[in-house]
Amino acid sequence: MEKVLTGNQSVSWGAMRARAQVIAAYPITPQTTIIEELASLVSDGKLDARFIKVESEHSALAACIGAEQAGARSFTATSAQGLALMHELIHWASLARLPIVMADVNRAMAPGWTIWTDQNDSLSERDTGWLQFYCESNQEVLDTVLLAYKIGERIKLPVMLILDAFFLSHTAEAVNIPEPEEADAFLPPYEGDLIVDVENPRAFGGMAGVDYYQEFRYMQQEAMLEGLKVVEEVGKEFGERFGRHYGLIEPYRCEDAEAIIVTSGTVTSTARDVIDEWRDRGESVGLLKMRTLRPFPIDLVRETLRGVPKVGVIDRNICPGFGGIWAQEIKAAMYDVDQADRPDIYGFIAGLGGRDVTPITVNEVLEKTLHPEKIEKHLNWIALKA
Amino acid sequence: MSDKVPGQITYDIAEREIMSSGHLACPGCGATLSMRLALKVLGPRTVLCIPACCWAVIDGPFPYSSVGVPLVHCAFETAAITATGVRHALDVRGQKDITVVAWAGDGGTFDIGFGALSAAAERNENILYICYDNEAYMNTGIQRSSATPVGAWTTTTPAEHPKEEPKKNLVEILGSHRIPYAATATVAYPDDLNRKLEKAKNMTGMRLLHIFSPCPPGHKSLESDSIKISRLAVETKVFPLYEIENGTKFTLNRESAGVPVTEYTKLQGRFKHLTEAELKQMQERVDYEWDILMKRIAVFA
Repeated sequence: MEKVLTGNQSVSWGAMRARAQVIAAYPITPQTTIIEELASLVSDGKLDARFIKVESEHSALAACIGAEQAGARSFTATSAQGLALMHELIHWASLARLPIVMADVNRAMAPGWTIWTDQNDSLSERDTGWLQFYCESNQEVLDTVLLAYKIGERIKLPVMLILDAFFLSHTAEAVNIPEPEEADAFLPPYEGDLIVDVENPRAFGGMAGVDYYQEFRYMQQEAMLEGLKVVEEVGKEFGERFGRHYGLIEPYRCEDAEAIIVTSGTVTSTARDVIDEWRDRGESVGLLKMRTLRPFPIDLVRETLRGVPKVGVIDRNICPGFGGIWAQEIKAAMYDVDQADRPDIYGFIAGLGGRDVTPITVNEVLEKTLHPEKIEKHLNWIALKA
Repeated sequence: MSDKVPGQITYDIAEREIMSSGHLACPGCGATLSMRLALKVLGPRTVLCIPACCWAVIDGPFPYSSVGVPLVHCAFETAAITATGVRHALDVRGQKDITVVAWAGDGGTFDIGFGALSAAAERNENILYICYDNEAYMNTGIQRSSATPVGAWTTTTPAEHPKEEPKKNLVEILGSHRIPYAATATVAYPDDLNRKLEKAKNMTGMRLLHIFSPCPPGHKSLESDSIKISRLAVETKVFPLYEIENGTKFTLNRESAGVPVTEYTKLQGRFKHLTEAELKQMQERVDYEWDILMKRIAVFA
């Protein structure tokens, strides 16, 4: 079935097709239309789920933790301040190994108050043990909800899917919605094995002394590494069933590239058009779309960028005191590549607080990456007002 | 329950023990006895959600557990909402007969978890919330909470400047949410505790039980005095035994024994710095609060 859906509706329809059983959420712009749609779907009986209308995002995630620990597939969604308020429990969900799925509509952190997009909210949760997928289109958003449950439930880790405020969340496009039976065949009901069971009483999350804690962390890391394989496997299965393929990264026209730019989220679509223009003019430039932040696909990134002379990373985020966060990740991944094959990597900050990233922005990044004589290697601000 | 003869003690405590020995409680811990008694009534088809509090430690370290029922440890401020999540999941999975209990200390109830508790009460979630109240952050080393009584010493309210503010009235606040049931109880009256647990277990919607739990290290009392202190809390009117149904119907469960407050305070080092004048003030406050409670009972009787 094809329908015109906004990014937020795509999230809701994804959660419905995934047959989420317990939903807990608190409203925050620009996430609100996700939960409004879900409230309608539950109210109309189209989705057989409990919707707990909690008093805070902190409680939203806590409710999902309780529900998931008791064996129900759970879902929540938030943005910015709401995600930050959840932070304690974002760690908790992963260490408790609960495959909760959450949508984060990227919104810049306050102050000043803003509802427009950038990635600092989700990137601040990088080290919490959640898988993170950055989506580019509404179709990818809907599909990623289904993928997220299947991947997360296999490796017992929570998954965050991320979409840009307004550029995706409130923009409508045609989306192919899998039929319920197709979605069910891909994603069967959740069968948790380490869940609350009165016939076999266990304590979950009790005191872990120095004899155990480090091993919990080791197992979490191993699950993430397993995730690298599972993301690809599940993506392949999804592709076979639905004809749409999703992996960890998406290289685009990278063959023999003189320069590659690295993007995530909706900036990718803009960059793809720009790359096409440059390629049509005979320029050897390519694009690397980072779909996955964690687990970080180190090997695939190395494979794609090894031997490429110049790489420009567009960061719609800033780690104050260091620079762009994706650039930092890419540089860390490339450190172990032989020096002769290691690209020069240039960092660009653009589009913070929802400022438009247009073809002009991407052109500037490409020009500067190809002709870096006048720029800083580490950190360059694009369209910064004097 | 057997027929009661006034003045005769006829406790009907179930023989069964759900909880086991080997837990990590301090000797004389009222919170531990509360759990033992509660589980006897609640039975094995119970799930406990326990946030950071003494009981997060008492149950035992991974991979051990002493409660004998599933225990979901949860973040400090999330007892009520974690229990809510568990409740909805069990409902969805067709396990509606299981009792879901949030079991939290006074810090997790009166302070950091109060927002989530109030919200769960407002939504009338189908959970049983039990606060074992030892009147301070005992697990972290006796810091004051909003459940600490006026005049008490704690490590953050030194004897030179003891707590100046009266204790928050949890049961009245929860009653004001118009939840089906809110009641007080304490370990010296296991028959009363039993009855309230049984009653709460068989109700649906949000139920709150507030259990006063003596704490020898925190109250600076003798381990052997815990039951005596629990009983004196009631006999001196410091901790009246009462219940509120649907937020309006107040019922007193134990008449005043008219014992002076000093009989209660003198067994606890946390009150030993109080002067005669201060103790007199405490008596006046206790009498005043008791009068208010009697008026509420009369109004809604």
